[in-house]
Amino acid sequence: MTRRRVGQSRPPTLALLLAGLAVAFFALPFVGILWRMPWSRVGSVLGDQAVREALRVSLETSVLAAVVSLALGVPLAWVLAQFDFPGRSIVRALSTLSMVLPPVVGGVALFFSFGRRGLFGQYLDRWFGIRLPFTTAGVVVAQVFVAMPFLVLTVEAALRQVDPRFGDAARTLGGSRWTVFRRVTLPAVRPALIAGLVLSWARALGEFGATITFAGNLPGRTQTMPLATYLALESDPESALVLSLALIAVSFAVLLGLRDRWLGAPSGRTSVAAP
Amino acid sequence: MRLLVDAQVTRGSFALDVSFAVEAGETVALLGPNGAGKSTVLRVLAGLLALDGGRIEVVGEGGGVTLWDEPASDTFVPPERRGIGVVFQDYALFPNLSVLENVAFGLRARGIRASSARATALGLLDRVGLGERAHNRPDQLSGGQAQRVALARALAVEPSVLLLDEPLAALDALTRAEVRSDLRRQLAAFPGVRLIVTHDPVDAYALADRVVVLEQGSVAQTGTLDEVTMHPRSRYVADLVGLNLLAGEMRAGVLHLPNGTQVVAADSALSGPAFVAVTPQSVALHRREPEGSARNVWSGTVTDLDRRADRVRVRVTGTVPLVAEITPAALIALDLAVGQTVWISVKATEIIGYPA
Amino acid sequence: MSAARPRRVFGLLGLALGLVVGMSACSTKRVTIDTDPDAPITVFAASSLTGAFGVIGTAYTAAYPDAKVEFSVGASSELVAQINQGAPADVFASADGESMGRLEPGTNGAPENFATNRLQIIVAPGNPKGIIGLADLARADVVFVSAAPQVPIGRYTQQVLAAAGVIAAPKSLEANVKGIVNKVVLGEADAGIVYVTDVLAAGSKALGVDIPGPVNVVATYPIAVPAASKHPDAAARFVAFVRSPAGQAILARFGFGRP
Repeated sequence: MTRRRVGQSRPPTLALLLAGLAVAFFALPFVGILWRMPWSRVGSVLGDQAVREALRVSLETSVLAAVVSLALGVPLAWVLAQFDFPGRSIVRALSTLSMVLPPVVGGVALFFSFGRRGLFGQYLDRWFGIRLPFTTAGVVVAQVFVAMPFLVLTVEAALRQVDPRFGDAARTLGGSRWTVFRRVTLPAVRPALIAGLVLSWARALGEFGATITFAGNLPGRTQTMPLATYLALESDPESALVLSLALIAVSFAVLLGLRDRWLGAPSGRTSVAAP
Repeated sequence: MRLLVDAQVTRGSFALDVSFAVEAGETVALLGPNGAGKSTVLRVLAGLLALDGGRIEVVGEGGGVTLWDEPASDTFVPPERRGIGVVFQDYALFPNLSVLENVAFGLRARGIRASSARATALGLLDRVGLGERAHNRPDQLSGGQAQRVALARALAVEPSVLLLDEPLAALDALTRAEVRSDLRRQLAAFPGVRLIVTHDPVDAYALADRVVVLEQGSVAQTGTLDEVTMHPRSRYVADLVGLNLLAGEMRAGVLHLPNGTQVVAADSALSGPAFVAVTPQSVALHRREPEGSARNVWSGTVTDLDRRADRVRVRVTGTVPLVAEITPAALIALDLAVGQTVWISVKATEIIGYPA
Repeated sequence: MSAARPRRVFGLLGLALGLVVGMSACSTKRVTIDTDPDAPITVFAASSLTGAFGVIGTAYTAAYPDAKVEFSVGASSELVAQINQGAPADVFASADGESMGRLEPGTNGAPENFATNRLQIIVAPGNPKGIIGLADLARADVVFVSAAPQVPIGRYTQQVLAAAGVIAAPKSLEANVKGIVNKVVLGEADAGIVYVTDVLAAGSKALGVDIPGPVNVVATYPIAVPAASKHPDAAARFVAFVRSPAGQAILARFGFGRP
């Protein structure tokens, strides 16, 4: 099959100019950071025990948050995409609400629900002795709260694109719902799944407001890179720059590593090619 | 073995209520316009949609009855345990799996080991001449090849009932004729119950032994192709086969239409509710009221002129709406135009009634 | 072809980039000094001053009806950073001398102390954990939160605990005083060390437990007009009002001490 690349010669000048402005807008802040970077101090700041701890906490919690988002978010996205039930639009709005909620408010809301005196938190404490605030688990909870919507949105949109006849076909061939999901649906949405996973991980990695509100800030336990960076900004702006650099480097490496192959690929081809 | 269908399904304002049977070894085409409920019947048979009323059962060779779906007794057999093979419209080949994996899917879902499932699938592909394409992706196949793969996938699980949903609709005209004869051969080789859903009478003619005509959720007519084309029982079928259909009450050799018009027929043996099929070639047109032996003469207005290769179809509406087929020369001679008043006549010998 | 004229594409991208850089470079400041004492001023104040300065602002505009005052509150360390980045501050009221000292390029005249603040242990209303002194903060059943050492209150807390010989492990090092107050008010923490004025501001939602004078820390609040102020005369009049008996009376009502 031949693909003709119609209209792929050169973008119009105006679009190019505006796109250039957009790129500049994204790039300049990073250029600014690099410009002011105290390169001679990079080694010593990153070698600092507290910084390494913050980086470790950040990586551990954000990866865990992405995994939890995946485990809970994919079934949610599937239910939202495949089943028409009363109140579905409410559920959908609810599961993406934390995206628009100021993270600090989200943190307070988490207190009211999962805190020591919270609606559910008090039972967690009383029955199981589990307290989430001021723990690493609390950081993960805060991150999942703000990060999962990215995964749910991305995956749900992709699942809706999957031709329902694939599921029908698989079932008539004897596939159980699980087989259908695993061998047909999931591969079809794999690019979206990975994109959603990366987005939610990135959101978790950068999470600040809900984390400092709900989980507090204790080096080695709940102090993540964004928290350490924020505090460093007040006392030692140079080291804050170095911390930002570390955070940017890690994120950029991951985003670049996934490239268009994962993030830009169309989700789920549905049609049969004409002869 | 035979498949007995008595299906009632209600979805919103659409109500489906159909009954028919399909014997093993015959191919039945479910023919009808879009929205008639053909796909609903297919989904119900496949187990992708549950009945609201009625029953679907399979009567085996020895007379044993297997109930697939009966709401009254709360019986429902899921698709995977019905022993069916379905070829979907556009084929619905899994885009992320290779051709081989597509064909092997049903076997693997049934717990057969991957290696032996693949071997069986390869054998099936070889048989339809696509062994070479086993490791291609579905989007690398031509339409005709995709159709064969879809059929091989459906047959891999050795079903007793084969359902095909518009198997040729995805193809262009040229490929279609080719695939049609190929499909006919393959269907003949399948010993079970064969049901094709189609809106195209040509496909039905080419592939089916019998047709079940579906209109607005119910069966308008069933029968062999000859029966249906010669004695259509609905406007849709008559249109499909290009006949004029008149329905009314036959009394003493005269068909009384619901509007009171009387149509004189050839014989007087029939009485009671009846249909009359009139071929367009037997309808004559005149600019003035004709004189002579024709007893069925009415006036009407030309509402449509459909020019075909060497024929013109003239639709006349009036007390008896009819389509006449004339030559282009006659069209010029009569100097006809849309909106004109014309006289139509049909000889009584062309009016042959059959019971409704 | 998809790779057509890449140089042209990059050229245009470069042009756009240059445009943005150029625009930002052109905005060099032209400083005009406004000597009108009624000129509108912006006061940057430590967050612990929020309540008191609100009332002072009202009293000030009552005294000078043509004057206009706007407030920007935050952690002192944060405010310094903002002013040094060019935020238009006419008055800076800091919670500590150290933050004031980091102001660039300094102030109009030496900063003057206008208030003091003492520390208290903040606990939930009714003091459910029965906290009566600093030693209780080390108890295993007490969730104690503090602030990061970069923040003045975090530093003061370390000093107080060291002076009292108490070793208490905080569950969290908050980014500012409000973080500590919130955690106690929301019931997630049992105790923290904050300014007396914060306990007072929390009203019925919190209770203060006194810290004995000898180990307590007295925080001194300096106020000054940053050298970059464009309304130095109006700013100086506001500073004078804060230090006047009227201003001092308002500060006292909010729990601040005299310098």
